[in-house]
Amino acid sequence: MTTLFDIIGETSVRWPRVTVARKVWEFARQQLATRQWDVVAHWGEPGLVHLAVREHGSGTTGILSLDASGGRFPSLGRECLPIRRLERAIADLVGLTPEDAADTRPWLDHGHWTRRHPLGDASKPAAPEPYRFLPVEGESLHQIPVGPVHAGIIEPGHFRFTCSGETVVRLEARLGYVHKGIEALMLGAPLQRAARLAGRVSGDSTVAYATAFAQAVEAASGTEVPARAQYLRAIMLELERIANHVGDIGGICNDAAFSLMLSYCAVLRERILRAVDAAFGHRLMMDRVVPGGVADDIAPKALNEIEKLIALVARQFRDIVALYDDTASLQDRTVRTGMVRHDLVMQFGAGGFVGRASGRSFDARKVLPSAPYDSLSFETPLLQRGDVDARVRIRIAEVEQSLSLLKQMIAQLPDGPIATAMAPHAGEGTAMVEGFRGDVFVWVRLNADGSVARCHLRDPSWFQWPLLEAAIYGNIVADFPLCNKSFNCSYAGHDL
Amino acid sequence: MRKLLLKSLLRAPLTEPAPAADKDALAELAGKVQATARQRLGRSLSIRQIDAGSCNGCELEIHALSNAFYDLEQYGFHFVASPRHADVLLVTGPVTANMREALERTYAATPAPKWVVAVGGCARDGGLFAGSYGVVGGVSAVVPVDLHIPGCPPSPRDLLAGLLTLMQSRLPKRA
Repeated sequence: MTTLFDIIGETSVRWPRVTVARKVWEFARQQLATRQWDVVAHWGEPGLVHLAVREHGSGTTGILSLDASGGRFPSLGRECLPIRRLERAIADLVGLTPEDAADTRPWLDHGHWTRRHPLGDASKPAAPEPYRFLPVEGESLHQIPVGPVHAGIIEPGHFRFTCSGETVVRLEARLGYVHKGIEALMLGAPLQRAARLAGRVSGDSTVAYATAFAQAVEAASGTEVPARAQYLRAIMLELERIANHVGDIGGICNDAAFSLMLSYCAVLRERILRAVDAAFGHRLMMDRVVPGGVADDIAPKALNEIEKLIALVARQFRDIVALYDDTASLQDRTVRTGMVRHDLVMQFGAGGFVGRASGRSFDARKVLPSAPYDSLSFETPLLQRGDVDARVRIRIAEVEQSLSLLKQMIAQLPDGPIATAMAPHAGEGTAMVEGFRGDVFVWVRLNADGSVARCHLRDPSWFQWPLLEAAIYGNIVADFPLCNKSFNCSYAGHDL
Repeated sequence: MRKLLLKSLLRAPLTEPAPAADKDALAELAGKVQATARQRLGRSLSIRQIDAGSCNGCELEIHALSNAFYDLEQYGFHFVASPRHADVLLVTGPVTANMREALERTYAATPAPKWVVAVGGCARDGGLFAGSYGVVGGVSAVVPVDLHIPGCPPSPRDLLAGLLTLMQSRLPKRA
């Protein structure tokens, strides 16, 4: 047993799930510790824990499941840091205990839910306990607690800064404030309702989530999606990516006190959302992607409008980028601020622009492509420096790539139906979709009547949030909003 | 930068002109509200936004209110960083169990007179998330609500219309 392939065996499925013995789980622990494998997702259900991994080199992907009917499973988190919060979430949600875990504090459960272990045996809630932040000791250190309610229009989370003078020597985040129990709401939900829930895991990535959920359901039921629907989904995905990147680039510059960029970017974003609204009937494209295809076809006239939008964005975005390039005082704030080392993004398997700004090139559209991305030409921009500036520049380059993708897709948009009727079918399916923030992973199990038996949705932020704590190290407190915005992790997607 | 600034100076403003009063209810409201706002609150109304559990869709549209097309500040609305500076709490999301206390405390920290505007379908009754173990319900389950702005998420126009309605109506001041 030396590779993931040896465990899984020959299969035509991209994410095969195999039940393994403890011996194999131990092997997985070593592979994760020595970074032969990246953890993709880790979740549980009563009596079972699942681990989705991807092997370096071969690129093999698969899901290992271990029996945990005794209520316990061996922890993988001693040497594999990205696993730790996932294990804490499993303990909170399912009630399974990771044996010999490095961190046993609760994560999502703050002691306020009406039920404990809502995805497991659903026992009575425990009384809330004070959260134990990691101890920090040293002379002349002081702490600044921030949140959950922040100063801006932003999602809630708590940040505990420990500072020496102005310099941050440690940041510890506490999340889970917007935990809504989406996976529990999915249990037994009819497909239509479940798809709407998936589209509201993280509103800014609604197309990415709806597409990932739809693809997982389609894989589970063996449904073929018409080519036109695949193209329309990808068109919406790229529009979502552009709208978010443009808005965030403005937001980042605004956090460096250069509001002119925000003004231009906000206008451009509004133009995009208005064109999207006219073409698809919703400014954020919520509920446009449904299992089996897409909800509505696009009118030829609307397609023309999108083409005009692409030309307009290309023109105006060029001016905006030139403004960023020409403003030395702005780059003085972004260059060498909030650096993330290459080995950290590799260790955490961080996706999206956070990974790509620090030299990790993973892009699900390239590495695990689904139609139509396998027939389109585009590049995954890559930088090494890992500072705020690099993350901005990756996003600038991604907007340019997305504009090119949109042109290609509109030129090749096939005719035909936009959806396949979903026939009730029991089964399991998995999908990964590259949202603007990174790879969204969804696993689903369907009942024979077509309703959802279990569903797990993993936001890319799980592997980016911990890196923010590293990025702020050695920076001044006042640069935290700048660093945070350059990551723009999802609170809602993470807290679920 | 000079070129861009020059272009902006020469171009007509993007901010949408107030259409003829009888045509556009929004502009009609806007005109009236400036008078109402001055009368009731001096010159402005300060808004503190609180995400009590939203999917962040509502936040995106609240952000959009500040772009040049809507330019919320022209009506005297202003987003502030602290509840202690606020007249209005703009609350989104179903209130999660984990955010309940933070919302209560933020409400308590806001000086009277104060108004609470619940934004989005979730803020009304919990929306899709109602009944979950992690969700308390709509905003009114935790703090008194003066106005609901429906939508998933409400568009910036809906939000603007709603805020203007709040200004216009003679709501009782909450002490």
